[in-house]
Order: sequence, then structure tokens, then C-alpha cells
Amino acid sequence: MLELLINPYIQTILKVIFLIFLVVLPSAALLTLMERKWSALIQDRRGPGRANIGKFTFLGIFHILADGMKLALKEDFYPAGTNRFLFTIAPYFGFFSAVTLFALLPITSPLGNFTFQIVDVNIGILMILAYMSFSIYGAVLAGWSTDNKYGMLGAVRASAQMISYEVFLGVSLLGLLVVYNSLRISDIVAGQNEYWFNGLIPKWGILTQPIGFLIFFTAILAEMKRAPFDAPEGESEIVAGFFIEYSGMRFALFFLAEYISLVGMAMLISTLFLGSYHFPWLLDAGFKLGSLPLVELPQWLVVFLRFITFGGKVLFCCWLIISIRWSLPRFKFDQIMKLGWNRLMPLGILNLIITILVTLLF
Amino acid sequence: MNSSVGIDKDTDLMEIEIGPSHPAMHGIVRFSVSLSGETIVKMKAEIGYLHRAFEKEAENSRYIQILPYTDRLNYCSAIINNCGYSMAVEKLFGIHTPKRAEYARVIMMEVSRISDHMTCVAAAAMEVGAFTIFLWFIKAREYLWELIEDFTGARLTTSWTRFGGNANDFPDGFLDKLANHLIKVQEVIDECDKMATTNKIFVDRLKGVGILSKEKAISYGFTGPMLRAVGVAHDLRVADGGYSAYSDFDFEIPVGEVGDSYDRYLVRMEEMRQSISIIKQASQKIPKGSHITRNRRTSLPPKSEVYGSIEGMIDHFKLIMEGHTPPKGEVYVNVEGANGELGFYVVSDGSGTPVKVRVRPPCFNFVAAMADMCVGHPIADLVPTFGSINMIGGELDR
Repeated sequence: MLELLINPYIQTILKVIFLIFLVVLPSAALLTLMERKWSALIQDRRGPGRANIGKFTFLGIFHILADGMKLALKEDFYPAGTNRFLFTIAPYFGFFSAVTLFALLPITSPLGNFTFQIVDVNIGILMILAYMSFSIYGAVLAGWSTDNKYGMLGAVRASAQMISYEVFLGVSLLGLLVVYNSLRISDIVAGQNEYWFNGLIPKWGILTQPIGFLIFFTAILAEMKRAPFDAPEGESEIVAGFFIEYSGMRFALFFLAEYISLVGMAMLISTLFLGSYHFPWLLDAGFKLGSLPLVELPQWLVVFLRFITFGGKVLFCCWLIISIRWSLPRFKFDQIMKLGWNRLMPLGILNLIITILVTLLF
Repeated sequence: MNSSVGIDKDTDLMEIEIGPSHPAMHGIVRFSVSLSGETIVKMKAEIGYLHRAFEKEAENSRYIQILPYTDRLNYCSAIINNCGYSMAVEKLFGIHTPKRAEYARVIMMEVSRISDHMTCVAAAAMEVGAFTIFLWFIKAREYLWELIEDFTGARLTTSWTRFGGNANDFPDGFLDKLANHLIKVQEVIDECDKMATTNKIFVDRLKGVGILSKEKAISYGFTGPMLRAVGVAHDLRVADGGYSAYSDFDFEIPVGEVGDSYDRYLVRMEEMRQSISIIKQASQKIPKGSHITRNRRTSLPPKSEVYGSIEGMIDHFKLIMEGHTPPKGEVYVNVEGANGELGFYVVSDGSGTPVKVRVRPPCFNFVAAMADMCVGHPIADLVPTFGSINMIGGELDR
């Protein structure tokens, strides 16, 4: 039995199952509730809290269940004039691209030989970008297959926006690659646990690449089609954009993919720019601040603390993205493109040049 | 803006119907739009989805029975409609309302105006994606509707004025509550002001959108905040000496510069503040007196008189059985509705039912100008433009 667990293939399968059923789906479901509760708080409302089992509402947690059931029990409906094949497969693209992201990101440091990361490939960042671009197909096919003009407009907007913002996403990451000198995620993570000034200030991505972080964060919001960049869904203009005709479980897939990718993107931001699972001054052996003596900690505790740290960072990023959504109006579509090509692109290239110069000189 | 975008000769225009059931088409209306890419090249407004035959109903109803219909014209500011219609009938009768009733009317009209502007600004903000501002304004509107409910007994369909006065006097403790709620409303307005007025995205969405030149605006017959946004300081509350008791108060008429959606937004925000100031002034110097005239041709006698004297009994009987019978003639009374000039043209032949009650809805002209404001702009601009004209289906279609 124990031998089976040591087998790397079995380990990977177990990790995937653990990740999808215990991390991805629950966190996405809880995020829907978190978003509703937090937006309610911002807007002076109470938010969901009616669904109950007996007397218990548990802060509205049963709403997840109720929503899920409602969507699952809906009629499997195809509007007239749809291309059924494309209509059916379109939601899975977004879902796939959102879920696969998790395979590449470590959630805490290795315990002995066991890594808390499904795969650590040497082209990690490229794979992440590749997976992310996959979700465009979902949006385009969904909008196009429904034979709806609003859907078509949404699909065109979505494809233009996502393809452009992928460019800025890549450009913003170039600086990071120069700084940490690797495409491998674990190298970037390890690089963020090094320190300036004799162990005082950690070399987190946000400190080594502040401009890169801003561009990356903006591009991530646009890539997720999240407010203020939700012109492809533009509720008040093109109603729901590319998924206007979707209902029931197929709609739920879009919805779930949005929240899964929200968690995924929050994890990505934390991993690349917020020091991943590293807590400042918490080294593998223990706690060490500057030139003060080392406070030794057992390895399992360090791993656990790092897991908590990572969770906290991801939650913070989710909270930030949600707060932005509920406090800003929506960009107009041409403004999104202008912001991207006229501001973010030159800024990203400038950032890259500065980064290269600084790296070469110092 | 994007008017330089030409039409590609080899491609068809995309014909798209926006509305009648569309999230941005509040108060049902339909726009048939032809798009070249995302740019609007042709646009036609189709109205009438909320037609309730107000004018025809009015021909078959007693004067007082029409009053509840007026609630449903502009349902965001029902009291202004009530007052406008009552003033028209009062002019037909040639009677004056007591000063106290006029003050009550002014206070309630301004409360309605704030609530109407709030609804408009909130909806416009929501349409550009600022959902939080929408809900904050709705919260503030709730305070105002509480006041309206306290005074009139209804939140939306007030039917509160009577010919020659109002249905009731100020209820107990109303003025304290008014002052109290105005502070809260002011806070919300300031909060939303901070949130939106200088927000880069919000400004970019509204600036330069839905522009109409001064000449065109006048030729379209614009009134109210829409006209003031293009820079014409015209307000019926002060023009020609004003109506009701407005001449007793000091207030400014905010005007815009270019007449785009952003100017309309600013004008409305400032008007809310001015309205609060008017209410404050009015509530400080409310005169003593009756809330309704004692003219027995227009107002019912008190119950003690009805049961206690023969004259009271007959007055009551005549008013109930025959209705109000104004002398023969025709009047046109216009008030400054929240949207603009709200006019009532009432023709009487001396009987208990009017020959004609015609309403001049302010937003009819705005919807007519929609195509002029939107063609050449991307479809995303249609929504804030439409939000800024504050079309109210009830008064547009009647």
C-alpha cells in the first residue's frame, strides 16, 4: 500500500483528485458566496442568507447548494438556430483552461520528497500563458454558435480583448523572467525567498517588478473579462454577451469557470509577484530576520505555515479583485483597447528595458 | 467621435433590435439600430409599449378621478404630476390655494425631484457598470420615499393634491424627520459624488457622449436638466416669476457647458443639492393656515358640516354626484417636472368631465433626439446617453 503511494504516477493522480475536489471546486463555490456577501457589504445590503436546512443558514452557505440544484435541474435547452456541437463544447474550453492552471502552481514547499505541485515543468510560464489563451475559444465558439447578434458582438469583443491582453500579460512577465532568470515556476518561487540588505527585505516580485505587477494585474483582470473590463459581457449593452443563450448546467460551467479562474489568477498573482508561499524571513530551517539568530522550526511546521501564508495571499488577491469589480464602472470597449495598446504596451516595454539595464549594471 | 469610421461597401450592416425587453431600456422602448462593426449608422426609436390611453381615459373620468392617473405618468416623481394637474384645474376654476398648502407642495415636489434625479443618475451609473452607486442611491431614495409615505400614505402612487390644496396637512413630527432624512440623503449624495464625479472611467464613459448642440437642443424642444446641460439657464420654477411658492426661495440654476451626458449628470447632482436647500428654506418658514381652500366648489366640506348643516350636505352631494364643474374654457399649465417642462392642457365645457386633458411629457422630445445623439457613436455609448435622458415610459407613452 505504502509502495503505491510512493509511485509518482499514483501520487500525481491523487494530487489531481485532491486538487480538483478539495481545492478548486469548493473554493470556486465559496467564492461565489464570498463575492455576493462582500458586494452586499459594500452596497449596504445584507446579501444572501435565506436558504436554510431547518433553522440553520450558516451565513448563506446553502445558497451554493440551492443555486447548484436549480441550475442542474433546469431543462437542457438549445435555442433555435444553434450549432449544437459547438454550443455544447464551448463551455468546456473555459473550464478546462481555468482548471489546468492549478497543475502548475505549488501551494506550499516540499515536505521531504513530496512536492505540493502537480508538475514542475521547465517552461512553466509559457504553459500558463498557453492554457490561458485556451479560454478564448470558449468565448468565441459560445458567441458564434448561438446565432444571436448580441452573442456575436460579445464574442468579437471577447476575442479582441483577450488576444490583445495576452500580449500585455506576456510583456509584463518578461521583466520577471529577467529578474529570476528562469521560466520554471519553482525557480521563480525560490528566487522570491532571497533577501536584500542582509536578509531584511525579501525579493518578492512586487518589489523587484512593481510596474510589471501593475500591468500584469490589469491584464489579468482583462483576461478574466472581469469588471472593469467586462465589456464582452457588458450587461447593459449586449445583455450577457457571448453566453447570452446559455442556461442550466452549461451556463453554470461558464459561471464556475469564471470563479475557478478567479482563484487560479489569484494564485498566479501570489505565486509570481507576492512571494508565493514564502512568508518573509521564514526560511526552510526556521525563522531568521536580518542578522538576528535563527529560530529553528520543524519542517512540517514550516510547510504548514507556508500553506497558510499562500492561502492568505490568494484570499487577499481574490478580495482585491472582487472589491475592484464592485467599485469601478465598466470601460467602453474601445477604451479597453486604447488602454492596452497605448498605455500598457509601451509601459511594459519600458519596464523590460529598465529591468535589463538594471540587471546588467548591478 | 468615431463618425469618421466609414461603412465598408462589401459588408452588410448588422440590424439589431435593442429592446423592448433589454436591461438598459428601463420603461419599455425599442431602438432599431443598424451597426457597422460597433458603430451605429442608423437608429430608430419605437415608442408606445407603455401606452395606457391616459388622455382617452381622462375624457371619460371626473376631474378628481384623473388625479390617480397622473401618478402613473412619471412614477419617479408622482407628486410633481399631481401638483401640475391640480394647478391646471385650479387655474380653470380661478382659485388660489392657501400659502401653507403651496409650501407643502413645494417641499414635496422638491423631495420628488431629488428622488427622480436619484433614480436617473443611479440608473445611468448602473448602466455604465457602477452597480454600487446604483444601490447607494436606491438606499437614499428609500429615505425620501419614507417621507412621501409619511405625508401622503403611499410611496409611489401618491394622489396627494386636491383642487385648491392638499389631501392633508403636515403629519406630526414630519419636519423633524424631514430634516433628519435630508442629512442622510445629503451624505449619500456626497458619497456618490466622491465615488463617481472624478472617477476616470466614469468620466470617460460619459464625457463627449450624447452631445447635442444648443441650437439643436432648443429646436428639439428640450427642457429641464437636458436643456440646462447645454448651457441655457431656463427653469420654469423661476421663469416668468415662477409658480406655486417658488419665488419665496433662493436657489441657483446649474447649467452645463457642452451638453454631453457628463454635463447632464453634473446638472442633476447639483440640482439635488439645490432642492435640498429649497426644502430647508421652505421648512423653516412654513406659514400657518389651512392645507386646503374653503371654496366649496372645489373642496369637500368637513364631515361635521356635511352631517350638521344643510349647506354642507348639499355641497358634498353636488361634488360627489356631479364632480367638479369648472367654468367653460381651456388652460395650459406647465411646471418644472424633474425631467423638464411638464404641461397639462385641460379643456372644460362646464360639465363634470373634461373634454380633453393633454399632457406634454418632457422626455418625448429627448427620445426623438436619441438618434441625433447616437448615430456615429459606438453601441456602448447608446446606453449612457439613454440613461442620461431619463426616459420615463409612463409619461412618454401615457
